[in-house]
Amino acid sequence: MSEELPADIRGWIGEERYHEEGEFPVEMGYVWTTCSSVENGNPIFWDEAVARELTGGPIAMPTMISLWFRPHHWAPGRTREVQPLQVHFDLKARLGLPEAVMTDNTIVFGEPVRPGDRLKTCQVLHSVSEPKTTKLGSGRFWEIEVRYTNQKGDWVGAEHYTGFGYKREAPEPASKGGHDA
Amino acid sequence: MPESTQVVLTEVEAGQDLPDLSYDVSASTIVLGALASRDWRPMHHDHDFAVNRNGVQDIFLNTPNQAAWFERYLTDWTGPRGRLGRIKFRMKTSVFPGDTMVFRGRVEDVSTDDTGCGWVNVQVDLKVGDRVVTTCEARIAVPAATEDNPWDRRGESWRP
Repeated sequence: MSEELPADIRGWIGEERYHEEGEFPVEMGYVWTTCSSVENGNPIFWDEAVARELTGGPIAMPTMISLWFRPHHWAPGRTREVQPLQVHFDLKARLGLPEAVMTDNTIVFGEPVRPGDRLKTCQVLHSVSEPKTTKLGSGRFWEIEVRYTNQKGDWVGAEHYTGFGYKREAPEPASKGGHDA
Repeated sequence: MPESTQVVLTEVEAGQDLPDLSYDVSASTIVLGALASRDWRPMHHDHDFAVNRNGVQDIFLNTPNQAAWFERYLTDWTGPRGRLGRIKFRMKTSVFPGDTMVFRGRVEDVSTDDTGCGWVNVQVDLKVGDRVVTTCEARIAVPAATEDNPWDRRGESWRP
């Protein structure tokens, strides 16, 4: 792996890429399914009268923010694989780093997300480290921000990811930390 | 959670422990969480893939669903007026079927910003036995007084 970061990747830093709109509007079915998956009985998600009183009407669980941009497993006419967090996969491919883990994830929450919203997103690469060697292998760390807005242009949140793309240098251990990405 | 459950800022102080949440995880927990968050990746539903491709012991809880568990844990404590400002989490290892996960939180700091919004910083550890699986730093707004509602805040008056 070259020490020098390729010029095209340097050019990605600070640039808003992959402006996209969610494949479907925000809807309560997924909110209830997600609440059910973690047994979240918060009445602002289940009781419309409470939602009206406290949150000005129904809203989605704030931590669901990335869900609205996860592509369908299959869609008619699709000819290429669609990935959430495409900048991350672009970095893996361009730098020749087949494996990756996410080490840190920060989510900041803005205006509430409501059923019927059509959310928009873009991704910004903030940094790529010098080559590093960890117990997983040799590669680079990078920081990516995903920005989210609604159809009115209101900021509804952002996610900040730190990823480590790497090549293995030893057989895979039986159990490892971090999450594959 | 009844609507009447509500923490107010004046009742909270640094060093205060939140009630533990303990939950027995099954394969259904993992698969339900992955599909609820539209995460179709096989390591969250395909045992053979998780073991033979990822080299882990079983399918494991995915990241977005962990975030949803942290939200549930925090708002179980605050009540429905509690409004998340931000969470930062670091995953050290994974949660597998058969694990009992325990969420354990402690108040690190209590403050009021320039707009009058009350904030509580909470450190939460997600543990399985003695193993810390994920650490989470959360900043959550709670009512500064009984009649306050952080959800009313918009634009410049919301500083997460």
